Amino acid sequence: MSDARYTPLRERHEALGASFTDFGGWQMPVRYTSDLAEHHAVRESAGIFDISHMAEFMIVGPGAAGYLDYALAGRLSALAVGKAKYSLLLAEDGGIIDDVIVYRLAEDDFLIISNAGNRDAVREALTERSESKGVEVTDVSDSYALIAVQGPNAEAILAATAGIEDVSVPWSEQKYYAWASATYNGKPLLLARTGYTGEDGFELLVAASDAPALWDAVVAAGSAHGLVPAGLAARDTLRLEAGMPLYGHELTRGTKPAQAGLGRVVVTDKDSFVGKDGVAPVEGARVLVGLAAEGRRAGRAEYAVVTEDGAVVGEITSGALSPTLGHPIAMAFVDPAVADGSAPLFLDVRGTKIPATITALPFYRRKK
Amino acid sequence: MTDLNTLRYSEEHEWVAVDGDSATIGITDFAADALGDIVFVELPAVGTSFNRGDVFGEAESTKSVSELYAPVDGTVVEVNDAVVGDPSLVNSAPFEGGWLVKISVAEGAADGLLDRDAYVALTEG
Repeated sequence: MSDARYTPLRERHEALGASFTDFGGWQMPVRYTSDLAEHHAVRESAGIFDISHMAEFMIVGPGAAGYLDYALAGRLSALAVGKAKYSLLLAEDGGIIDDVIVYRLAEDDFLIISNAGNRDAVREALTERSESKGVEVTDVSDSYALIAVQGPNAEAILAATAGIEDVSVPWSEQKYYAWASATYNGKPLLLARTGYTGEDGFELLVAASDAPALWDAVVAAGSAHGLVPAGLAARDTLRLEAGMPLYGHELTRGTKPAQAGLGRVVVTDKDSFVGKDGVAPVEGARVLVGLAAEGRRAGRAEYAVVTEDGAVVGEITSGALSPTLGHPIAMAFVDPAVADGSAPLFLDVRGTKIPATITALPFYRRKK
Repeated sequence: MTDLNTLRYSEEHEWVAVDGDSATIGITDFAADALGDIVFVELPAVGTSFNRGDVFGEAESTKSVSELYAPVDGTVVEVNDAVVGDPSLVNSAPFEGGWLVKISVAEGAADGLLDRDAYVALTEG
């Protein structure tokens, strides 16, 4: 594994005794001690995640807003400065190259955060689409680290973190899917109220060299608030409970947005955008649903969804025993004929048929 | 505390404690750590016979599923109901409260398994 990449926080993870796993070419902490304890901490108090593997792109220039309306599925020109929006990068045929979050930093200045494993594909697509659009696309992933602080105590922890100063918006007025600027030890810090856990929380973008000190400062402030370091295993069960798609599972190059329940992300009445001609769902194509089962045996990715008589009508894309709910949950693509839940469905768990019920997503919704 | 030097180990990370014509089987701390938090175990019923290398059950963590391979030939005489009810025992006490099944075995059933030193060498290799 000579080509394995590590984030600037590697030494912190090793000192904490983390187990590492490969994720998108990166060696990332999968858990520190117990993935279940980490999961519950995020639901009940707070967790800190290193997500520095994710890719960041700066989109700057007088044509930036118009360019993004063309390059992405949403209408980013309508995004107010200070806000963030979930969007999709589509291929010409309407398939999904990646899902991203776009932050409007200034009138002509946007930040895109994409998945680590799609960094090259996103850079190529964004660059190719930028020709003669009056915009500069820069891959700044190597310059930054990204730290997520998630959970009901996240705001209190960050407000108490030594070294975070000059916060541009009072903490209590920072809205979900918005960002504020700040400094950490005098250096620029972006505080985005976004996340991938279904809880309140923030994602902190800092220069890579400042990340270890910021991590330490947040951990120190969090000790009085139940903060624990949390790995990718907990992040995966948290996002699954929250019904959030994971690229490579629910979203792929061969998946159209509407199939994955993301039709609302595509603004089809824009003049032109990449993917416009291909984005319409194919008649009869499988659709994404949530499935809940009883007992403790979980359906896993790639297991079949079958009918009473064993006919295969779908396939699981993500599944686990939900730590919060205590029963198995899964997301699956199923034939549209069974997506309304009228026919009994089963998960084929290595030859055993487990009854499953179609359930509205998300499985878990935090109390406001 | 179990003296880990008295146990025998398979390359599939099960341990066996032989006591006359019966033996207790579990998975090692190394295997439990690698799996992560175990949330479900499926074990065979009393009376089930298996041969060394057979799949006799499953352990599921939040992230993965692992088959349990019989380290020796034998017939199940007792199942650890406590671990079925609380699979986290496999993580917290893999060599004690987290044992899986007791089986009846013939003399020499554990011959050829690894001793502690050889097993530790395997997991560090």
